[in-house]
Formats: sequence, C-alpha cells, structure tokens
Amino acid sequence: MELYKLTAHELSSMLHKKEVTSVEITKSVLERIENVEKSVEGYITLTPEFALETAQAVDNKISKNQDLMPLEGIPMAIKDNICTNGIKTTCASKILENFVPPYDAFVTSKLKGINAPIIGKLNMDEFAMGSSNENSYFKKTKNPYDLNRVPGGSSGGSAASVSSDMAVYSLGSDTGGSIRQPASFCGVVGMKPTYGMVSRYGLIAFASSLDQIGSLTKDVTDCALVLNTITGHDALDSTSVKITPPDYTKALENNVKGLKIGVPEEYLGDGINSSVKNAILKAIEVYAKLGATVEYFTMSASRYALPAYYIISSAEASSNLARYDGIKYGYRTDNFKDLNDLYKQTRSEGFGAEVKRRIMLGTYALSSGYYDAYYKKAQQVRTVIRNDFENAFNKFDVILTPTAPTTAFKIGEKTTDPLQMYLEDICTVSINIAGLPAMSIPCGFDEIGLPIGMQLIGKAFDETTILKAGYTFEQNTDFHKVRPGL
Amino acid sequence: MNYETVIGLEVHAELSTASKIYCGCPNEFGGETNTHCCPICTGMPGVLPVLNKKVVDYAIKAGLATNCEITKIGKQDRKNYFYPDLPKAYQTSQFDLPICKNGHVDIEVNGVKKTIGITRIHIEEDAGKLLHDASGGNTLVDYNRCGVPLIEIVSEPDMRSPEEAREFLETLKSILEYTGVSDCKMQEGSLRCDVNVSIRPVGQKEFGTRTEMKNVNSFRAAFRAIEYEVKRQTIELEMGNLITQETRRWDDEKSASYSMRSKEEAHDYRYFPEPDLVTIAIDDAWVAAVKETLPELPNARKERYIKEFNLSEYDASQITSSIHLANFLENCVALGANAKSVNNWILSDISRLVNEKNLEQSEIPFTPEQLAKLIKLIEDGTISNTAGKKVVEELFENPRDPEIIVKEKGLVQISDEGALLKIVTEIIENNPQSVADYKAGKDKAIGFLVGQTMRATKGQGNPQLLNKLVKEELDKR
Amino acid sequence: MKISKEDVKYVANLARLNVSEQEADKLAVEMESIITFADMLSEIDTTNIEPTNHAIKIENVFREDVVTGSFDRDLLLQNAPSKEAGCFCVPKVVE
Repeated sequence: MELYKLTAHELSSMLHKKEVTSVEITKSVLERIENVEKSVEGYITLTPEFALETAQAVDNKISKNQDLMPLEGIPMAIKDNICTNGIKTTCASKILENFVPPYDAFVTSKLKGINAPIIGKLNMDEFAMGSSNENSYFKKTKNPYDLNRVPGGSSGGSAASVSSDMAVYSLGSDTGGSIRQPASFCGVVGMKPTYGMVSRYGLIAFASSLDQIGSLTKDVTDCALVLNTITGHDALDSTSVKITPPDYTKALENNVKGLKIGVPEEYLGDGINSSVKNAILKAIEVYAKLGATVEYFTMSASRYALPAYYIISSAEASSNLARYDGIKYGYRTDNFKDLNDLYKQTRSEGFGAEVKRRIMLGTYALSSGYYDAYYKKAQQVRTVIRNDFENAFNKFDVILTPTAPTTAFKIGEKTTDPLQMYLEDICTVSINIAGLPAMSIPCGFDEIGLPIGMQLIGKAFDETTILKAGYTFEQNTDFHKVRPGL
Repeated sequence: MNYETVIGLEVHAELSTASKIYCGCPNEFGGETNTHCCPICTGMPGVLPVLNKKVVDYAIKAGLATNCEITKIGKQDRKNYFYPDLPKAYQTSQFDLPICKNGHVDIEVNGVKKTIGITRIHIEEDAGKLLHDASGGNTLVDYNRCGVPLIEIVSEPDMRSPEEAREFLETLKSILEYTGVSDCKMQEGSLRCDVNVSIRPVGQKEFGTRTEMKNVNSFRAAFRAIEYEVKRQTIELEMGNLITQETRRWDDEKSASYSMRSKEEAHDYRYFPEPDLVTIAIDDAWVAAVKETLPELPNARKERYIKEFNLSEYDASQITSSIHLANFLENCVALGANAKSVNNWILSDISRLVNEKNLEQSEIPFTPEQLAKLIKLIEDGTISNTAGKKVVEELFENPRDPEIIVKEKGLVQISDEGALLKIVTEIIENNPQSVADYKAGKDKAIGFLVGQTMRATKGQGNPQLLNKLVKEELDKR
Repeated sequence: MKISKEDVKYVANLARLNVSEQEADKLAVEMESIITFADMLSEIDTTNIEPTNHAIKIENVFREDVVTGSFDRDLLLQNAPSKEAGCFCVPKVVE
C-alpha cells in the first residue's frame, strides 16, 4: 500500500489499530523521496536516521500498548528557517549555509514532544523573502504539478513536499502569504494562524510583527491536528498570546448554515486571473447552496496593503538581518583587511540579490528624513487596514478571497522585475498586516490543470470558524483529493 | 570675550538585578569570558527577548527618587548600528517614550543651592566588551556584559561649572545607592558617564555647539575633562574656528580629549519600535507599590541626623552622602555609641584608610560593634585618643575585639594619678629651665614638659591627666 | 520619490553592504520603482491615526528576575568562524 499517499489522520488511525508501524510509514515516505526528490528538489537537508529512530521509539510505545497522541509517529518536515538543535538550519542562504543551532525552536520541541519523525529541512526563498522559491541559494524547488513551474514561496519546499507526498505534513512560515500562496500553487491546505497563537521562538526572523509559523497539510482535518500541536503560549516569546487554544478538531463540522461570508470586491478585481476568478465564484456558489449567506462588500484601503507591507517587512528585515556579520556564526568572507571590510564583504557575498534589495529598501525607509513618510506612514495605514477588517467582521463570520492572483507561473517568468513578483502577494499581505488567521484550501484547477486556492480569513483567534468553513467545503467537493501525477 | 560653560550629563547605571534584562543569564561582574551568556544575549538566529520586570521596578524607583513623572504607556525601541560588542547589531533601548521624565536633583556647591533637571530616565541593554589580543593583533569579543540592564539618566544642560557637574554626579550616585537599584561602582563600570560640553558668550540665549566626551571613568575625570574641553573650545572660538559637533574620547592619563572619527557615521540609528517586545503600561497601583519600597533618601536622612544626632550641617551632609557610611553610623548609635564621636571617626581616620586601601565604603572590614566598643574604651579613659587611632589601623588589618587589640599592643593608658604624679614630679625637677620659662610667661613650656612626661610613659599616659598634673605642679612651685 | 546613486551608496554603507558602480545603478532604478509604488501611501489620510506597532495588542509581558543559568560556552562558540581564548575574534578594532 502506498502509505506515503495517505493523510496524517488516516495513518494515525492505522497506527492506533496496529495495522501499520511508524517505521513502515516513515520508510514509505523516505522511498518516495528517493524517487521524486530529484525532480521536485524540496529538501535542503534530509535526516532519515533521526526520523527512523523516532519512528522506532513510537513503535516501541505501541508494542507496550501505550496511548498515542494523534500525530505521534507520523513523518513530517520543517521549513529551513525553523531552528532544529543539532541539525543545520540555513534559511536557504549562503550566510547560514553551515549554521547548526544548539537549540530547538518552540515548535520543534513540541514536535519532538509528540515523537514526530522529522524527515528533514525544507527549501525556501532565502530568509523567507520571495513568492516563488527561486531565491534559494541552494536549489529551485519545482511545482509537483508541473516541474517547469514554481511551487510558490517562500515556503515552496513545505508545500511541494506535501503535495508530492514527500512529507505527510510540514511546517512553514508566513509573513505576507508564504504559506498560503505556495499551498494554493501546489494544491494543498496552508494555514497561517492568528499572530501570537504559535510561538516565534526559534523562527529565524524576517519581519517580526508579521511572521507566523503555520501548517501545510493534505486536508483540513490534518490542519486541525497540527494546530493542536503547535499552538499555545510560550514564555520565551513576548508576543505569544496567553490564550489556551481550543481543541481545533471540534471545528471539523460539515455545516455552514447561516454562516455569513463576505467577499471584498477589491480582491476580485483586474489583477486577478480569470480562471482564478471563476473558481472562486464557483466556490461561492457551493457555499451558498449549503446555506451560507454570501455578500459582496468593499474594503477601500485594500490597495494600500501591499506597499505598506513591503515598507514594514523590509524595515524590520533590515534590522533583523543585521546580526549576520561573520562574527558569531555563519559565513565569513576570506576577503577582508579590517572590520569594515569584514562586515561589507561577508554580507555582500553571503546574501542573495533579493535579500540585499529588501535590506536596502528597509534601511532607506527607516533612515533619517524618511522614517515619517514611509515606516511611520505604513504603520498608520496598518491601523486603517485593521479597522477595515474589524468593521467587516462586525457583519461577517468569514471573508473569502482568492489566495493568489494567478496560478503557478513558469520558473524565471517574474524574476526580471521585483515589483512584478511583489504583486503576487496582493491577496495575502493584508492578513499579516492585520494579524488575522487565514487558510488556503484547494478550490479548483485552471485550464492546464494547475491548482487554484481559495483563502478563508477569520476574526482574530477564530481559527475554528475558518476550519469549519474549510472542512465543510472539502466534505462537499473533491479538489483536495487530487494529487499531481508524479 | 567671556564665555559661559554649559554642561549636560548622561549617566548609565547598571542595575543590580540577579538576571539580565531579556534572558535568565546571571547579571554578574567578572567571570571567564562568554560564560554568562546564552543564545538570547548573544543574538543567535531566531531568539527573542522577554523583559525582566525588576528592571522596570528599578527604573520607576530611580525615577521616583529623582522626582520624575512616570510614563503610563511606554515602549522599547531598536537603536541600529554595527559594532562587534553589539551582537544583534541593534541595542534595545527606549526612544520617545522613556519610563521616567521631567525630574530633578538638588545640589549645593559652595553653599549655593541649585536644582539640576533630569530630562529622562530610560531602560536599555548593555553591550559586550572588546579585549585586545596581545599576540595576533586581533580584537576579542566577550559577551558576558551583553544584556546587563542599564538605566540611562539624562540631565538637562543645567550645569555651569565642573564643580556643579561633580556635585551632581556625587548626589545622583548617592541617591541611586540609597535606592539600591545599582551598586554604582565606577571602577567596575556599573556607573558610567558621558559628558556634553558647550560654551557660549555670556548673555547669549542660544547654546553653543556641543561635543560629547566618552571614556570618562571617574568623577575626577569628569571634572578634568570638562575643564579641558572648556579650554579647548575657548581657544578654538578665539582663533575664529567653529566647534565641530562630534564625539571625543577622554584620555585621563594624557589629560586630553581626542576626536572619535569612527563614531561620526553612527548618527543614523534608524530608531523604530521594537516589534518583539510589547507595551509597558504602568498604572498608579504599580507606581504606589514601588514608592512603598523607597527608603529615606539622602536629604531627608541628613535633616534627621541634624535633628536627632545634633550633627552639623556639614558633617550630616558628608556622612549621609554614602548610604554605607550612614548605615554604619546608625548601627553604632543603636548600640549606644555617641553619634558625634562615631561621625568623627568615620569621616576622619576610617574614610582615610578606606581610600588608602582602595576599598569601597561598603567594605569596611570591621563591625559597628567593634567601633562602638572602641569609642567606649576611649570615653572611659582606658585608652587615649592617639591609641584609638592605632586600634583603628589594626581593625583594618585584622579586625577583632578592640579590647584584645588594646591588650596585645599594650595600649592601655596609665590613668593612675599617683603613678603619673611621680613621673610629672621627676620631669619637672629635671627641667628647671622650662619651669623658669613657664614662670616667665612662656606658655609653650607646658607643652614641652607634658611632651616629656608622655615620652617617659612611652605614650601611654592619659594626656588630659598629665596636662592637669603638670600645670598643678608648676603652679605649686 | 527619486533615488539617486548617492542615496544608494549612503544606504548601502548604513547596511554594511558593498555595491559596485553597476549594482548601484541597478539598485537605484529598482529601489526607485518600489519606493514610488510605496509613495501611494500618501494618498490615504492618516491624520490622528495612531501607528500600529504590534499586530495583536498585548501589554506587560515580563519575566521574573530569576537566574535560569547560562549556556555552555563551547556550544555558543561552536558556529563561530573565528574564535580564540574563549572569545569571538575580529580584526583589530581601534577605539
């Protein structure tokens, strides 16, 4: 049986019934990697021994008839900007090429705590900056649906690995859409929880006020299971909320009667590709038939989200990435005569073009004379956008939009003009600006069979409602069951 | 042209918390390099800060002790610059919403009272240390000090002389020591001072261009640095040059300041609100709770000493300027010793020896019990004052019961009138010239004779008695 | 907003990045295009609007003043490109 094709909840059930062992599942996934990784190139580092050790420990538990946690023994992989003790964590950058953290991220500890066999670290856009995974120092990950196309970014490896069954589920990070957009491009479920629900301790920072860790899974049920594992207060993260997360599996109800869905007109405007628009309209009909009310409305500040996002994220990134200087860890140039050289050469040689561009942008936006016009202004616009969402949520329970304006584009298609690439984020950035939870689920395919994702946005801390809406959609459609023909 | 000096001071005090500001590493001076560190204070990838509540408590306390307003809603900000002692390449500090503002400190210089404004007090983290490697010509970086909590106290440019600056620093140090928020040890770097100096023609309203001086490592150095800088700026202006706004490094050994060109570019700190740390909301209840913990401050204590112990304004002021000395005095008085005597011993011999031996005022090696006992031995005539001084010296070397010291060193004074009278009689008979001198009106002769009797008793004669007996005997003749 | 080559060099220095002449030209063009895009923010009226510094409003998160110990020095130094005598090592710094 092709164990690697199954979902986490299916595999978990089989494990519990002793129909299969964790080692068997893990080996199945590892074999799949052997066959497919050379085409997809989703992994930066593979840790098969470590995964099998953990799997064996789980099997020992099972043989002693001990109780298992829901995701225990199910092999998974982690985006390479999340620290794993003793395992290289590179952010897909030359400047951290050989960095081995001596500590785990909070989420890594949680996963180790449930004996999740960790298969490896996944490819991404360098320092999470990008929407196509083409900015990785190491390799370009391919979209499993079409190896000439991008998987999306920055969690391209996380989405592609789940889409191609090289991991049963994975963790990614999302600053402006980096989980949701690749999920949409690769036909999997990508969830970014409310800011503060998942600890950022050990997530190598890109933009501190926007970054969140989330999940890439094969369906909404698995998403709920992962959320149960990774959410929760962490005393080491001051921005971690002190809310006790609910049991997200309780949200998995096939029922949207009376659910008030709002669709902002600005998100179905000119920038959106027609096949994407059509898929969204069809999805809206599905919801309407199931008893939800759908209403179009306007969010006038929408168009300002993207410029505000680029100013805020670049500014924070310019500060967060200043620590990479060749002194404490990471790459150091051989080419220096004094300290000043050491800094400049190390950073210029160690960072890729997109990272340098954003550092420059961010430094400019914070610099003397420009702070008010750019950074401060962007933070004020941020307030306006948050207020817009708050007002919308007075009327609606869920806001529905496309996840991305296009389907997966060809590798190299958008790399000449940075601004073109930034426009891929127009549907997703406003959510990070407002700190809200949002999930992308597959809702169709375009004319050439590329996946289309629908974004469900919830009120702050209301992951439950979007999980319910997503689960209901899955129960009434088959899009999530489609896999690429790899 | 007559110029007026304008001085502003920025004082950094390391807070004496147990742990660092954003992590649980120990806040300890010294130790082997990089052994008081963790991924958080060394800026490793992915780490996050969490603010130590005591740091805020201490900042509020320092603010209340200096009459500041406490900010109700504050935040922390990043100050971005590159330097090897700063692992994150930014210092987490406070920019526009510091915890305290608009305070003041009262000083007195040459009998003139003055109020020096405190613009603000904010919290921030300390940086590491650079060590110069003897062999390879490299610089070594030790992060032990990274993340040690600091308060930065910024004065208004209200000081007009090096004396005022020094007095402000002494007063501020004294207040901080009283609150217990910092141990204020300049030699250990727990109290540091940057000096801003400018001059302007007398009568001009606008301030002149100021320079900032760093590496001022003692209050004496601050005094000298200000004197030097005023001279330097005066010369520049008189030559028709402009003063460059810059940061200069004070070199105490060379008694001069030098321009620090490398710091020139660091002006654009690109401050922005720290996204990893949340709002600090200080309500009235919190301020009240900290206020409860405020001890009697130096000024109040001084007034009390004048009233209760009858000390002079000068003495009370001197002794209360140090909480350690003041505590020592009160402990002695609590044991029954006479306050004025205690005060005199502390301000004279004891302070002198503390300085000579390079000790801190908190490091007096003997106890209040021992001093109280010593004073009693002098009061009841067992030993003379001079012998007392010897005992004090011994208490510094080998502190133990003064009675034992007196016995060991044979310091018991001879107060037996009979024994002394014999000696006095002998000396008088052996010095007829002196007797004649005295009779002729030369009072100095008594001194000589008393001196001789002291010699004869090997210094152990009770001086008051000897004086009395000599005079009596002389008057008899 | 126009971005000149001098602006690029100034910013590059602040950010400790080297830019060659060609790179500076290219960056000037790219940055100008993005900053001009960001200029559209001036279209929104934000008078009396407070800036949002944190996505979710939280106040007063603290830790107790307790020493939880320090990290093993070897582990802290293990990724250092250059170390000596228990310290990180950099080219000579003149203060």
